[in-house]
Amino acid sequence: MAKTYKKPEALSEQVTHYCPGCTHGVIHRLLAEVIDELGIRGRTVGIAPVGCAVLAYNYFTFDFQEAAHGRAPAMATGIKRVRPDLMVFTYQGDGDLASIGMGEIIHAANRGEKFTTIFVNNTVYGMTGGQMAPTTLKGQRTTTSPAGRDVEDVGMPVKMAELISALETPAYITRQTVIKPKYIVRAKKAIKKAFQYQMDRRCFSLVELVSTCPTNWGLTPVEAIKWTEENMLPYFQLGEFKTPDEVEED
Amino acid sequence: MQREVMFAGFGGQGILLIGNILAHAAMEQGFEVAWVPSYGPEMRGGTAYCLVAISDRPIGSPIIRNPMHLVAMNRPSLEKFAPMVKPNGVVVINSSLISIGAERDDVDELRVPANDIAKDLGSTKVANIVALSAFVARSNIVDFEVLRKCVQEQFASREKLIPINMAALDAGEKAARLK
Amino acid sequence: MGKILMKGNEAIGEAAIRAGCLNYFAYPITPQSEVAEYLSRRMPEVGGVFLQGESEVAVGYMLFGAAGCGARVLTTSSSPGISLMSEAISYISSAELPVVFVNIVRGGPGLGGILPSQADYFQATKGGGHGDYRLLVLAPSGVQEAVDMVMMAFPLAEKYRNPVMILGDGLIGQMMEPVEFSDHLKSEPSNKDDWATNGMDTRNRKERNLVKSLFLDAELLEEHNLVLKAKYDRMKQEEVRYEPYNLETDYRALVVSYGTMSRVCKTAIDNMKAEGIEVAMIRPQTLFPFPIDPIRAAAAKDGCQAAISIELSMGQMVEDVERSVQGKCPVHWHGKAGGEIPTPEEVVDVIKSLIK
Repeated sequence: MAKTYKKPEALSEQVTHYCPGCTHGVIHRLLAEVIDELGIRGRTVGIAPVGCAVLAYNYFTFDFQEAAHGRAPAMATGIKRVRPDLMVFTYQGDGDLASIGMGEIIHAANRGEKFTTIFVNNTVYGMTGGQMAPTTLKGQRTTTSPAGRDVEDVGMPVKMAELISALETPAYITRQTVIKPKYIVRAKKAIKKAFQYQMDRRCFSLVELVSTCPTNWGLTPVEAIKWTEENMLPYFQLGEFKTPDEVEED
Repeated sequence: MQREVMFAGFGGQGILLIGNILAHAAMEQGFEVAWVPSYGPEMRGGTAYCLVAISDRPIGSPIIRNPMHLVAMNRPSLEKFAPMVKPNGVVVINSSLISIGAERDDVDELRVPANDIAKDLGSTKVANIVALSAFVARSNIVDFEVLRKCVQEQFASREKLIPINMAALDAGEKAARLK
Repeated sequence: MGKILMKGNEAIGEAAIRAGCLNYFAYPITPQSEVAEYLSRRMPEVGGVFLQGESEVAVGYMLFGAAGCGARVLTTSSSPGISLMSEAISYISSAELPVVFVNIVRGGPGLGGILPSQADYFQATKGGGHGDYRLLVLAPSGVQEAVDMVMMAFPLAEKYRNPVMILGDGLIGQMMEPVEFSDHLKSEPSNKDDWATNGMDTRNRKERNLVKSLFLDAELLEEHNLVLKAKYDRMKQEEVRYEPYNLETDYRALVVSYGTMSRVCKTAIDNMKAEGIEVAMIRPQTLFPFPIDPIRAAAAKDGCQAAISIELSMGQMVEDVERSVQGKCPVHWHGKAGGEIPTPEEVVDVIKSLIK
């Protein structure tokens, strides 16, 4: 029997403002599906970042708070500490999480705060017009690295999933992508698993999603997918980096 | 009327504690009180001090340049604060550690060998209580029985320390009355 | 329960618990770390939340998140820490969340010192963070009043859905005075279901709540600012608090002073009274809203030759005193900012030099 498209309840009717070929829309949908499937819409609080997804709350139908740049993990901490029964996720980009919010994400992860972070890594600051991010690839041109990222000058791109996995505190840390259907299935599973760990009050969870930004990369959506596969995936390798189970077995 | 007592010595002599006990006793007796710890440029050189203000009306400035009384537990404290004491104030000098006097003829100087008395009781740690007791006995700033009760309460959670502190109170009172 | 002798910082912590605030996020900084130490012991006893954040920046947003989902929250800090929290204070003000901040002010600028100061007057009353916002600022002059103001601060923060700041100073934090605690307050904001992100299931409603501060549309941002302004105007109408001192006499000068400094001024005024010189004081208990009308009326009285703002800063509140006096008499400033507190004798000399 053919499946017909049905909008998840957690997703609003509003048309998104995202550019053609941008992966935010797919990620929003995956989140909404997971929230519906787990039946947690009525007790979920999302935290919108500063960046392209600052208006993410317009596309969901549950409680939301809007953070300052990089501070979403501190806000999620505040919510979870006073209301451990709420399901809380932060939705952050690479500038937000890996640059200005590096301190907040590392300490929240290290305290083992029981919320979930969706980390959308597309190697650039999108909303401000494609400036260099901590995850910008070596040699990648951006509006603030016109000659390409010079790693002698600004260091290597930061691998957040690996970095956070190095913390001793148990956590669920994974990197996935949503650029093709086969990846999307795995990404959704990872998001669901992350939420499940939170529901069980097990650990902090982070799903890094390798994403595209055709507009700021100056590519068509199709070219952007190819570029991601050829350039990002070899450096930002997909997989599960850490689960609380393996730590507890040691 | 407001009266102020400066307790001064070096860190570890229990200066803040005896100030606290006196403030507590004065409060129990219905006075307004304020206790201000070492919290100023005077803190240098490891000197610990606190000031206790006791009054029958709300206390205005808790910052006092010229206290009425002084309990000096070491020499630098005496040298620093003795000149500031108001005329007719009581100056208790821990003579076990201070060989000099207040160099004032307008104050009531009381020399108490607090460390030696405390040592005879079994621990120099109670020298502060000896000095406090001698001061209260001499100045009558609070009722001695109220002080006794407050010392007891202070050590309520460490009951085995009560006897030696009570003995220190008695010895301090005796030292003050002898003079 | 009778009076107990307590250090200001510890009393502030206890007062928060009595005020039904069971959520405390903070970062250590002298001279107020005793609040965190005290509450790290007390919060577990009462089933509350104590968390030492990784920085004041993070703490600011922990407060945001927690207040945003309807919890009563507190932080305490001192000047440099409040600077770091100022970003969050701007966001919290815009998002209209009730949060209570206590600033046990120390000397500045920069690292400054750890001694008492009132040099954060501008920061507290005029901004600190970006944008058009106001904090309701309470200024205690002793330990009991600090306790009373903590008890007051939560209902005020909730009434206006606005952050409240208690502006103390190092002396109030460090000194011990007898305090009495009143009964416990009810534990949570009553109208929070209308705005808090506490989960639709919790409030049994179908509409979701949104806590935010972004208004990209000029008209909407204008409207939002007008909503905020209306709150600040209402505070000016309803929340001005001050203590008159010796105001019923034929005074020759009017002192305006708050917090620790005002206690010294009281002693100075008493001493002058004994000499036959009458001086009055208005002690603002709210720094925002500022007691503009009472000060103007007092300064306009026949025989008042000068209004003197006496403060532990290089002249901040004096600008509000000038604004209040509106030329009814000359306005002067006296103060110190290094951490030393002027003595009553010094204050007497200053006042005498300004009157005939």
